[in-house]
Amino acid sequence: MATTSQSFPRLPADADAGAPAGVRNRVAPLSEVVPVGRADSVLDLVGNTPLLEISRLTAGLIPAGVRILAKLEGFNPGGSVKDRPARKMLEAGIAEGKLKPGKVILDSTSGNTGIALAMLGATLGYPVELVMPSNVSRERKKIVEAYGAKIHYSDPMEGSDGAIIMCRKLLELDPARYFKPDQYNNEANSLAHFETTGPEIWRQTRGQVTHFVATIGTGGTVMGTGRFLKSKNRAVKVIAVEPDDPMHGLEGLKHMASSIVPGIYHERELDDKIQVGTEEAYEIVYALGQTEGILVGQSSGAAMIAALKVARSIREGTIVTVFSDFGDKYLSTNLWIGWQEWRRERLQQVIAKWKKK
Amino acid sequence: MAVRVRVPTPLRRFTAGVDEVSADGTSIKAVIEDLERRHPGMRERLLDEKGDIRRFVNIYLNGDDVRFLDAINSKVKDGDDISIVPAIAGGR
Repeated sequence: MATTSQSFPRLPADADAGAPAGVRNRVAPLSEVVPVGRADSVLDLVGNTPLLEISRLTAGLIPAGVRILAKLEGFNPGGSVKDRPARKMLEAGIAEGKLKPGKVILDSTSGNTGIALAMLGATLGYPVELVMPSNVSRERKKIVEAYGAKIHYSDPMEGSDGAIIMCRKLLELDPARYFKPDQYNNEANSLAHFETTGPEIWRQTRGQVTHFVATIGTGGTVMGTGRFLKSKNRAVKVIAVEPDDPMHGLEGLKHMASSIVPGIYHERELDDKIQVGTEEAYEIVYALGQTEGILVGQSSGAAMIAALKVARSIREGTIVTVFSDFGDKYLSTNLWIGWQEWRRERLQQVIAKWKKK
Repeated sequence: MAVRVRVPTPLRRFTAGVDEVSADGTSIKAVIEDLERRHPGMRERLLDEKGDIRRFVNIYLNGDDVRFLDAINSKVKDGDDISIVPAIAGGR
């Protein structure tokens, strides 16, 4: 895991020197970030993901005093950031007595949360049923089924809100049968990030993070992580990323103005919100693959675009963003339609375009 | 040539909330132009600046993805069913 001082060549010798007053002694030693070498359950493997500095793609595009670090959530055992809230919601459900033997875990999800719930349900011994629009990627359906979960398909024309509504109906039909984590309205979702993602970023940057940029699906990541970082340093800017239009191709993301707003999403806590276009996000996914050697999903492309925009608006700072998952689950999706155009020759044009902006 | 077009949620703001509209045209391209006349704003969501179907938009003609037919030039006949489906589901 890339958490040695070599990852941060620009850090001063005294790692705490740049931390805000009053927190010097509370910055945990880096050794705590080293993940467990052995675990009893995949539950123990969630979190402690590495930060990758994005420096090759950004060379010449952002000021010298600014760096962008991406938290690679694809390293979670279920392959995405969603392992964190899924684990926390199930743990909270068990602790409150709502999830107990005989219950079935039910939720609506277009993918990553479903994968996390299916994986964790398998290890905890609970059956899992998921509602998802039938147009989610083929890989996701297969992965969920491989963990033994059952899928109910909702109308693709109705999007994720259609899945939410269908899930409510299933629950109404047999409320005693199900435990619904309800990621959109369960504060344990944000809490997972407050307790894990936030502290990890704080430690990994040694308190030097100045901006946190994250995409909105449920709002859990941006809310919980943002809250933690602000609790350590009120000056940290928390910026959410959403699609620029209700009609978009950024799987996993919500255009807030046209969606059912999640109960855990509180816009007033944000410092800013950046809108990203589908095409520019796709382009940067290709660019990340070819310059940084990292293949991510479309939501990470949106996060990267927003981080670039923030980076170009400041003179110095440490921007941390979240790459929610890796790209292998999306190889059959529209993301890769016509991508050959974006091989090296076109890549230079993408980068040149940013230079001109 | 009247066809039925199923409209996904994110485009219903152009159709006053209606999920199915009719349109005229002998090709997908012509149908989209007619949709634009009846419901201004639709074309830009469906086609890019070169006039190709946006990468994240899927258009089905009687259940078949038009990318595997003749894309924007696929022929349309009276009574055909067209569905516009965003490539993603939204939410997480």
